[in-house]
Order: sequence, then structure tokens, then C-alpha cells
Amino acid sequence: MSTKERLVVVGNGMAGARLVEEIIARGGRDRFDIVMFGDEPYGNYNRILLSNVLAGAHDAKDIFLNPLEWYADNGVTLHAGARVHGIDRRARVVHAADDTILEGYDHLVVATGSNAFVPPLERAYVDEGVFRDGVFVFRSLDDTDAIIKYAENAKTAAVLGGGLLGLEAARGLVQRGLDVHVVHLMKHLMEVQLDRMAGLILRRSLEGMGLHIHLEKATCGVIGDPSVEGLLFADGTTLDCDMLVISAGIRPSTQLAIDAGLDVERGIVVGDDMRTSDENIYAVGECAQHRGRTYGLVAPLWDQVKVLADRLTSKKPNAVYEGSQVSTKLKVAGVDLAVMGSRDGDGDDEEVTYSEPSRGVYKKLIVRDGKLAGAILLGDASAAPDLLQAFDRGRALPENRSELLFALSQDGGVGGASLADMPDDAQICNCNGVTKGRVVAAVRGGCRTLKVLCDTTRAGTGCGACKKDVQTLLELTAGDAVAEDPSIHYYVPGVPLTKPDLVRAIRERGLHSVSSVFGALAGGVEDATSKPGLASLLKTIWGKEYDDERDARFINDRVHANIQKDGTFSVIPRIYGGVTSPAQLRRIADVAEKHHAKMVKITGGQRIDLLGIPKDRLPQVWRDLGMPSGHAYAKSFRTCKTCVGTEFCRYGVGDSTRLGIEIEQRFQGLESPHKMKLATAGCPRNCSEATTKDVGAVAIEGGRWEIYVGGAAGASVRKGDILCVVDSHEEVLKYMGRFMQLYREQAKYLERTYGFVVRVGIEKLKRVLVDDEEGICARLDADVQAAVDAYVDPWREADWPATPTQFSNALDPTDGAPLIPLRRASGAR
Amino acid sequence: MSERAINLGPLARIPEGEGRTFDVGAQKIAVFRTRRGAVYATQAECPHKSGPLADGLVGERAVTCPLHGYKFDLVSGDGLGHACGMLRTFPVDIDERGDVRLLLEE
Repeated sequence: MSTKERLVVVGNGMAGARLVEEIIARGGRDRFDIVMFGDEPYGNYNRILLSNVLAGAHDAKDIFLNPLEWYADNGVTLHAGARVHGIDRRARVVHAADDTILEGYDHLVVATGSNAFVPPLERAYVDEGVFRDGVFVFRSLDDTDAIIKYAENAKTAAVLGGGLLGLEAARGLVQRGLDVHVVHLMKHLMEVQLDRMAGLILRRSLEGMGLHIHLEKATCGVIGDPSVEGLLFADGTTLDCDMLVISAGIRPSTQLAIDAGLDVERGIVVGDDMRTSDENIYAVGECAQHRGRTYGLVAPLWDQVKVLADRLTSKKPNAVYEGSQVSTKLKVAGVDLAVMGSRDGDGDDEEVTYSEPSRGVYKKLIVRDGKLAGAILLGDASAAPDLLQAFDRGRALPENRSELLFALSQDGGVGGASLADMPDDAQICNCNGVTKGRVVAAVRGGCRTLKVLCDTTRAGTGCGACKKDVQTLLELTAGDAVAEDPSIHYYVPGVPLTKPDLVRAIRERGLHSVSSVFGALAGGVEDATSKPGLASLLKTIWGKEYDDERDARFINDRVHANIQKDGTFSVIPRIYGGVTSPAQLRRIADVAEKHHAKMVKITGGQRIDLLGIPKDRLPQVWRDLGMPSGHAYAKSFRTCKTCVGTEFCRYGVGDSTRLGIEIEQRFQGLESPHKMKLATAGCPRNCSEATTKDVGAVAIEGGRWEIYVGGAAGASVRKGDILCVVDSHEEVLKYMGRFMQLYREQAKYLERTYGFVVRVGIEKLKRVLVDDEEGICARLDADVQAAVDAYVDPWREADWPATPTQFSNALDPTDGAPLIPLRRASGAR
Repeated sequence: MSERAINLGPLARIPEGEGRTFDVGAQKIAVFRTRRGAVYATQAECPHKSGPLADGLVGERAVTCPLHGYKFDLVSGDGLGHACGMLRTFPVDIDERGDVRLLLEE
């Protein structure tokens, strides 16, 4: 005899099944006996993909989310194909299948979804509830099956409804070789989601595919007997067709709730707790009406079921649903479309539009108070991931709005359309050799967040340049099933806080070491991959007061050298500004010979690299060199490349060599979220490539210097933005330092300056760093000065090691001899 | 099969939260010490590209190889989030004098 509570769910569609999944994920099986009713004799399938089944792109079996075995495996009783016809609220019993099935409940969830809306049409029915031969709705797998069968013998089809579902049905029928007419009552297609211009461009795209579009046509009846032969319109005209698919919208399926006496308006009325007017009965999904709204998209439904699962399992007994911002990204008849928020702006909103009718591309942003209030992307939705983020989080937009409209092309991703067309063996991640097929298979295998997908396939875990493409593949493959991964907002994965929250907690609680952060903010669980990020942050926050636990450092920072594939290290001494001398070169050569450097290499940063040095020789190599560390291993200021400037070059207009040396002497070793590579150029010919450095200075005629920030020429290539133009070396040092300090404080860990500058926006940076809009410049200058003053050459640890075994290659056992035999001890204690 | 215990010397040879490689006869073995005081021993080289695991970052029951970031469970030796093989692990403890004691089967 079970003592568990009985949870009955009526409806096995996307909402009902997802709810049960969420409840099980929260350990709900220990608490509930779960019983489900499904109208259809199947498991749960992805209704969104029905149009692909109709188009022949998917087999019906491919769209199942939970096959029948899933229910058995998870201890869920499913009555598939059993129609619920009554709820006895007094006895708390659900009646189904002509009373052959009765299930008592403690908690009942109504997730009956919606039905196809059929407008009044003369002669559409031959009997009560029985359509004329050739007339269909498009809502279920059985509907889809019937349409496919009938289409085999049809030449011309009419689709009633030019909304999303109607156009999807039309595309499917075109793919099956039919001549298809879309008949729509309104002035433009998809008027719920699109403005007039977008509707017009979509119409042209669809006509280009061979669809016939009839707008502002009121259909009043069906012609033909016994089967459909055409349509009759209110204006007296007719259209010949062999079949008719009615796809004129959906209506919440509420009859069961009405019969049971629950409050029903357009949908079943629920509160923020998802409860209906009966405290033991809940409703979720398309059948529910919350704060006056019903939803027909899948994302709000995910939000609702999470809240209900949290409440039912007491995971978060006070969870509330406060409505959803509506956004979606999909393909309409093969045309990419993303829409979010408002369709049209009101008078005060800023509207940004881009229209390219010949390619079927239309983009529109609605900006309200500097934030995204709505957007339409038609024909090219590659910018959708960024826009959706900005929309969902209410992020401030860059002042240059076009960066948002064309975001992907700037970041070097290949973009949605071409990714979709790539073959499965195309390589997506060029660092780890991961193919598109592997990524797609992992998504189909259940990876629903970017992080899990990257961890599983290792795509995007090298240089990271392909992450955008991995994200796009995730979205293309999983559609609306993409899950939000909260950890992407964390500063490091092992501490569940964003950077500002983390910084606040660290300051408030006075946490000076990495282990104290784990202890206070992560339940004492030390996450290896989070350690270096926390170390970098703590160093920036506390400076000299930072409690430097060496185990939080990556090996490079523990031994002040860069680990190589064979476990040896590379040694790069600092050569200020790339200017050396015969004596220095001789000494480096001697050291290389003495310590058998396996390779001596001139680096890209105008220095000399001694490769193949074993760890235990590092201290002696440094002593013999007698030069400071070049920090070629650290997340810090690295080097400042220079050209020959004015001293010898016949074009130079500024002393870039001198300036470069001054920069390097000042900022050497300055820790930062990621490495900083700098350069100075003596004239706009830019021989030292200063415009594509994290920070660069370019001399221009008149004794002035342009300061560039956010340049890149690695995995990403980007020309930096000019922060300001100044008159002297002192000014260059001042503004560079100010920028670096802001970057140190505000960038995410491992965010290069090019990401940071784009994210914050150069105009904002100018206002903060040049105009001092926030009044923080003096503080930034003082803080960077303090960091400069705190600089100590880490190679001095050659003589003062941090731990006795800091530079040991391998240790020997102290005796090597067997001790007395022991019984087996446990592996850890 | 018998076991022998090998004294790896005082625990202080391994700084808190780090690992060190030990030459045990012809074998190289990595020994890790977490900040919570647990000690683990595994093969010294990563099965992926032979990276020195003792130079990796150590977390709760896990080590991350310094070369390519592959992660392993220090108790079971299982790969975490990848299918790049697993690590051999060895029983290890700390004796009453505070020395690290490795148990090898032979």
C-alpha cells in the first residue's frame, strides 16, 4: 500500500510531459505516484516538428521526445489514447475512456493544450464533427498522417490561414509537390508577429518558392461533393483545389475544465502559483490563462512547468510564475525568423530597420530607454542569439545599433544559414577536430546547454572561436528545447554568483583567499577549474593583502614559465621594447647552451624564447640570465612590441621605441582577466601592428598619439577602437593604465579586451575614461599605480621558493625500501 | 599477490591543494593533497597526451590536466566529461608520523 500522494496529469503533450520530467528531476518520484492521460495513443512528441514530418524532412518516429518505454522506466502510469471526459472534484477522481478508467488524485494538473480553430465554413462538414473528404486541420500526428496520405492523390491544395502554422503546412505541401494556395483574411502574412514591411518581404520570399498568396480573402464555404473541389469567397470569387488544410489559429482546450466548473475565460484561469479556482487543481500550457494572457509558444510553457514542479515537489514552495516575455526563433516555410517583444514601437521608441528585399532580409529593432523592447529578424536570424540575450536580460545596447543587427559577421562565426547547409563531416572546432555531425548528435543525445555540449564534445574548449557556431548548431537542432544554463552568468563555474555579486560578497565578508571563497560561497567544495579565475579576481580586489594560495594558480603561474607538450617549460626573459644588446644576446646564448635549451626561438612579441627547460632547472636558468621575467605564461600584461620609431626610421613621427620601453617598464606583470599584448607604432604605417593589439599607440604627425583599445589578431581579428588622441608619453601611459584598470575590474575572467570593448562599447568607454562621466578616473589611476608599485619580479623565487618542492620535477620516496606488510588501507582519508 | 607500503616522506612535501610526481622504482606516480586533507595517488601521466597530472589544478576529488584541461575523478580514476580513458589509482594514506604511505600490489 503506497503512502505517496497521487499526482494526476491530464494531457501528455509538450507541457504535461515536460512537467512530469521536471518533477522527476526534482526527486518527485519519492513523493508522488504519477498518472498521466494522453489523448493520443503515443508517447510524447515534439509538436513543433510536425511541419517537418509533413514536409518529409523528419520521420514521425524522429520527433518523439518520450517514447512509451520512458514512462514505464520512470514509474509513470500512462493511459495513452484514453480520453478524460470528467473530473469529480468532490471525490477527487478523474473519469476516462467511458468510465472504464477512474483515477483518484491528491493533485490534478490540467495540461490539455489547444485545439485547431475552425472558422464557420459552409459545407465543410458532412456530419456533426465529421469533415468533408479532403478537409483537414493540422494539429496532431494523426492529422499529419492523414494529410500526407490524401496529398498523394492531390495536385492543388489550399491552406486557410497565413499565420505561422498555416505557412508551415503550406511549405510541407509544396515539398510534397503540390501547387499550394495560402488564403489569408488579413492584410499581411503573420500579422501577429510581423509588421507590414516584414509581411511584405516574407510574401515575396514565399512567392519565390512557388506559393500562391491570397490576402484579404474571406472564405465562406467549400465547393464539391462528396469531396473538396474548391473554395468560395465572400467576394463571390472561387478557387479550385483538391484539398483544404484549415490552419486558422488555435483555441485553448477548456471543455473539460468548464464541465468541471473551474473558472474559465479564454483559457483556464490560473494564478501566479499556476492554481485554478480549485486549490487541488492546476493548469499549465496553452490551455492556461495567466494574468489575462494565453501563450501559444513553447518557451513560456517551460517557465510555467518549472514553477509548478518547484511548488509541487516543495523544492521552492513559494515559486511564482510572473508571465513570460515572448520571443521565438524558428523557420517559417524555410525562411529564418526570430521575433521578440513588441512588434511595433510607440511614438517615443527608437526604431532601427534594415531591409534588403532582394535577399528577403528584413531586420527591425525597437529600442526603449536604451534597451531592446522588440525585434524582428527575417531571412537572416544570425544575430538572434545576441538579441535574445539582450532582450531577456534587459541589457543596455551598444550605441552603434548596427553591431547588434550584424553581430555574427563581426565575431567570425559562419552563421546559421551556412551552418545548416554544411555536411555532417564539416569540421566546426578546428582546435579539437570536432565535426558538425558530432555536435548535432550530442544535442540529439540530450545536451541542451552550450556548456554541457562543449564539455561533452570538447568543441569550443580550445581557442573558443567556434563557440558561436556551436551555439547556433544547438539552436538549429534543439529549437526551443535549448535550456538556459545559469552558470554562463557566473564569474567562474564553481561559485554560483555573477561577477558584481561575487565581488560584493568577497568585500563584505573579507574573503582574502581562494579557499575562503569556496568555504563561504560554494559550500566548501573546491572546483579546480574555478581556482585561477578566483585568484585573479582576489588579486585585483585586495592587491598586497591578497592571501596567495599557490594551489589556486595554474602551473605556469606557480613556476613562472609556460608548460610545453612534453612537460618541460619555456623561458622568455623580458626584453623591454624588443631592444637588446650584443652583451645581452651573448649571455642568452651562453645560458641556452649551458642548460641545453632544445630550441631557441624569436617570438612574435620581439623576445627570445628558450624552449625545453625542465622544471627543476628553471631557477638556475633565471639566475644565469640575470634578466626579469617576460611574463610570457601569465594572464597579465605581456609585452609591448615596437618599431624603430624616430631614431633611425626615415618615416617615424613619434619615438615608439622609447615609449614602448616606458610602457613595458611600467606595466610589466600587471595581472588581468586575460593576457594583454601591446604595441607602439612610430607612424600610421603601423609596422608593429599596434592597431590590432589589446592596447596600442600609433604616432601621428604633430607629436600626437592615437590610443587604440580592443584590437585582436589571434583567434579573432579585430581592429581596435580609438579611445583618445593625446600629446605626450605621460598621457599615453595615463590613459593606457586607466583602461587596463577598468578592464581588470570589469571584464569576465578570460575575456580578452576585444570582447570587453565590444561588450561595453567604445563610446561608453570614452565617456568613462576620458570624460570621467562616472567620476572614477582618479581612483582608477591610483589603483593602477598601486598595482604597479606592488610589482615584484616573480623570478626572484629562484632564491626564495614559495614551497620547498616548488620546482621539483619528481620526488623520490624517502626510503624506497618496503615497510612492514600492511592490510589494505582505504584510498583516501 | 602481496602489497608493500612505500614511504613517500612527510606530507609537507606536497603543498596543500597541489600534487607532486614521485619516482617509485621504474614507475611514476602522482600524489595529490586536497585542502580538506584527503590524499590520492594516480598514474602520473594523462592518458590523452601524457601531460604531467601532478602539475594540474586540484579540486574536490578531481584533477585537471595542465595540457588540455581533461578532468579525472581522483577516487575512481574515471574521466569526467570526456571518454579519453581512465587513470589507474593507488591506495595511499598518512601514517602516524605524518608520512605519506603508498601501497603497491606486486
